[in-house]
Amino acid sequence: MAQLSSTLLYIAFVLYLIGTFFFGGTIRDKKDRPQTNRWATIGIVITIVGFLSQVGYFITRWIAAGHAPVSNLFEFTTFFGMMLVGAFIIIYFIYKTSILGVFTLPVALLVIAYASMFPREITPLIPALQSDWLHIHVTTAAAGEAILAISFAAGLIYLIRVVDQSKSSKRTFWLEFVLFCLITTLGFVAVSSAFGLADYEAKFKWVDKNKETQEVVYQMPALVGPHQWTLEKQSADRLKPLVEMPAIINAKKLNTVIWSLFGGAVLYLLLRLLLRKRVAAALQPFVKNVNLDLTDEIGYRAVAIGFPVFTLGALIFAMIWAQIAWTRFWGWDPKEVWALITWLFYAAFLHLRLSRGWHGEKSAWLAVIGFAIIMFNLVAVNLVIAGLHSYAGS
Amino acid sequence: MEQVKCECGHVNPYGTVLCESCGKPLEHTAKPLLDMRYEGSARRSQTYNKTIIDKIWNFFSSVKVGVWLIVITLIASAIGTIFPQKMYLPPNVTPAEYYEDQYGWAGKLYYELGFDNLYGSWWYILLLASIGVSLVICSLDRVVPLYRALKKQGVTRHESFLRRQRLFSATSMEDESFLETVKQRLAKRRYHVREENGNILAEKGRFSRWGPYVNHIGLIIFLIGAMLRFVPGMYVDKVLWIREGETKEIPGTNGQYFLKNEKFVFETYEKGKDNPAFNEAIDRVGSGMVAKTYQTTAVLYKRVGPTVPGEEPKLKKVKEYRIRVNDPLKYDHYALYQVDFKLNELNKMSFELIDKQTETVFGNLSIDLNNPKPSYDLGKGYRVELLSYFPDFYFDDDGNPATKSRVPNNPAFVFKMYTPDKPKGEVSFVAIRQTIEPFGDNKYKMAFAGVETRNVSALTVRRDFTLWILGVGGAIFMIGVIQGMYWNHRRIWLKLVNGEVLLAAHTNKNWFGLKNEVRAIIEGTGLMMPIDQAEEEKKEAQGGKGNGATK
Repeated sequence: MAQLSSTLLYIAFVLYLIGTFFFGGTIRDKKDRPQTNRWATIGIVITIVGFLSQVGYFITRWIAAGHAPVSNLFEFTTFFGMMLVGAFIIIYFIYKTSILGVFTLPVALLVIAYASMFPREITPLIPALQSDWLHIHVTTAAAGEAILAISFAAGLIYLIRVVDQSKSSKRTFWLEFVLFCLITTLGFVAVSSAFGLADYEAKFKWVDKNKETQEVVYQMPALVGPHQWTLEKQSADRLKPLVEMPAIINAKKLNTVIWSLFGGAVLYLLLRLLLRKRVAAALQPFVKNVNLDLTDEIGYRAVAIGFPVFTLGALIFAMIWAQIAWTRFWGWDPKEVWALITWLFYAAFLHLRLSRGWHGEKSAWLAVIGFAIIMFNLVAVNLVIAGLHSYAGS
Repeated sequence: MEQVKCECGHVNPYGTVLCESCGKPLEHTAKPLLDMRYEGSARRSQTYNKTIIDKIWNFFSSVKVGVWLIVITLIASAIGTIFPQKMYLPPNVTPAEYYEDQYGWAGKLYYELGFDNLYGSWWYILLLASIGVSLVICSLDRVVPLYRALKKQGVTRHESFLRRQRLFSATSMEDESFLETVKQRLAKRRYHVREENGNILAEKGRFSRWGPYVNHIGLIIFLIGAMLRFVPGMYVDKVLWIREGETKEIPGTNGQYFLKNEKFVFETYEKGKDNPAFNEAIDRVGSGMVAKTYQTTAVLYKRVGPTVPGEEPKLKKVKEYRIRVNDPLKYDHYALYQVDFKLNELNKMSFELIDKQTETVFGNLSIDLNNPKPSYDLGKGYRVELLSYFPDFYFDDDGNPATKSRVPNNPAFVFKMYTPDKPKGEVSFVAIRQTIEPFGDNKYKMAFAGVETRNVSALTVRRDFTLWILGVGGAIFMIGVIQGMYWNHRRIWLKLVNGEVLLAAHTNKNWFGLKNEVRAIIEGTGLMMPIDQAEEEKKEAQGGKGNGATK
């Protein structure tokens, strides 16, 4: 069953990839043709089949584990990717815009690829997670975040279309930065998979901040080493760290970040060399036929639909469960606080939409920032600011 | 204050921008399109700005101020997650030292700025309170005039009102047969259609306009509920450490309830015993390393009769329950949660009185470490007195034996052994793995014979009278937010003037949906599809100002 489940996820991944290309194929068509053409129809059918396949992954894994597969970082992030595709499918049927697929599906692909870099085995539930609220809270929260993320895709399309690429400015810089971040995620996936395939391992002994000796295993060559490191015998031939970190910094995670940035930078530079212009400038012709007002409206609509779902899942259900499991509905745990921050941010977004001058481009930038906050909560709060919620990712 | 009479005859309150009834602009505005926010009603904040109360009102009624308050709260909340808050520090550390120790100068600064208790700081609470005030004033400033304006709106609208709507078209029509079709289609799409002198107002989803105010009410109730926690007696939060076999008064219940811990169980996931799907995960961390169950089998008792000091309480069994994480014991507004435990605490220790040389045993005794007896008679003239007992023994600064706590972590005893041949008794100091004799010439000895251990469970006792208020607030918020977000308020006006049909439409959000709907309603009637004048306006403003993409 677990095997079948992995296969289904793999199929879904491949189908999303193919779907992206079909949606990409719609771009070449003239503007005056009807929006739904054959390419888009094939694209959405493939996407739906992929989505169903991933639902299959979800159900079979649930059966195998005996609990909903949303209990560790891999499972949660994968589920988030699935919800993203689901949200896209819904929005597609409302607005029939295939260009949204060209941007949403790759983000979903990145999210799922990122997820699979973490331990993928089925984990048993610790007592705190043994509750039906696990399924209810986590799935609703992920669905809310995914719908909100659609506004990011719409915002990105808006910005690529509207930012003037003929001269460099703050806007071109930050838009490139956003694309660079996406490419860096790809860099992380590429570097992790490469060293994973090569079975790279280097074992260190180091001294933590309480002056106790600890062991750590790096899966990537150590550019930065832990505090007072020594290589273990079996790893003697491995790369010796170039820089040593103080005890309060998690050197292994920093090392991974450096490698990802390095991978991302290499990919980005290669792209720039090939394209001979900004990545956003290269993407601009693909979105030249986009209706800006409609894109803006999709972004706003996604927030309008996603905000109540997010509130319900990430705050209300979260509080109910926290009251049952941790005896208090709110405890200012970092993850809770970042859910509140996300909520406050989108609340501010919705209020700003009431005033003139905040539609269009400004709104698109806000959607990008909102997604950055969601990703921060998903990635950094789990891996950097450890709290009650942090999944034991490494 | 004087009122404003419109040419249609309707009398509007002072400060009204668009006539409540016919929509005619009461003041001259330069912009081609009307500002339809709040229906152009007379909002207090836009009308008065003289007294100090006006100024405060106007400050808090501004959405801009509200957004700033939200953004400042957001940033402050984020700062609070940089380092752990005081409540998450390990026990027995001094925050002043801990922050500097762990995080260097940044930690020190963090502590000195008071960010270690950011969410409980006066200024953070003040921020939340300001948001609350802003919610109340913002809502009142808008909801009252908006309600008036929507209630008084007329079917017959002034021509200038219609022409200056975002969606508008004018069509010359020969006959009026199209009207029936349009009315039917409107009704089919659940529009509420009103007619007056051949003019039509079709409206639906007006209730969605109240969504924001409903959700604000929910938030205010929630904030009030949260504030009630400062009122003493609204909630109880105590911890009860209870050993297996013990019966203890439940703290925070005023001596009303008692709990007996029958048994505490701690289980882990083991390879072979649990779902084989977990094997890989168990292998990675090791069998027996992942917790599976924390469970206290408890019996709840209620005191019967009055509390008499010094007298054993009379208890009546109320309920037996297996308390687990995620499954608290609930009774009479109280809830008992499984939160912590300690395995294998020493409970009883037994010793044998022996002759040091021959190792002959003269009897044995078992000491209850939580409630030791002063003397143990072993019969036949053998007797042991317990002179001193140190449950958590250590040597203090002066080198004297002392105890750190009352918990028997490391028990030590001073025995006096009376035997027929040593009637004056011999003194011996006995601790784990050591025996000290004051004179070093004892004949007898207390030999360690074994221990008995038991588990201790920690339960949190809660009673919270604010929960239902928070629940009500949350529910109202959700209703309001869904009401406002998932429905929209659409209106379509038709007016016949000199053989021309004026068609205008307005929605508070989702113009894309409204356009589709209007298109479907007028299809085949000969009416012209309204033009989106906002888009036209924008195109004109851009007027070929070439930016790479739009060319």
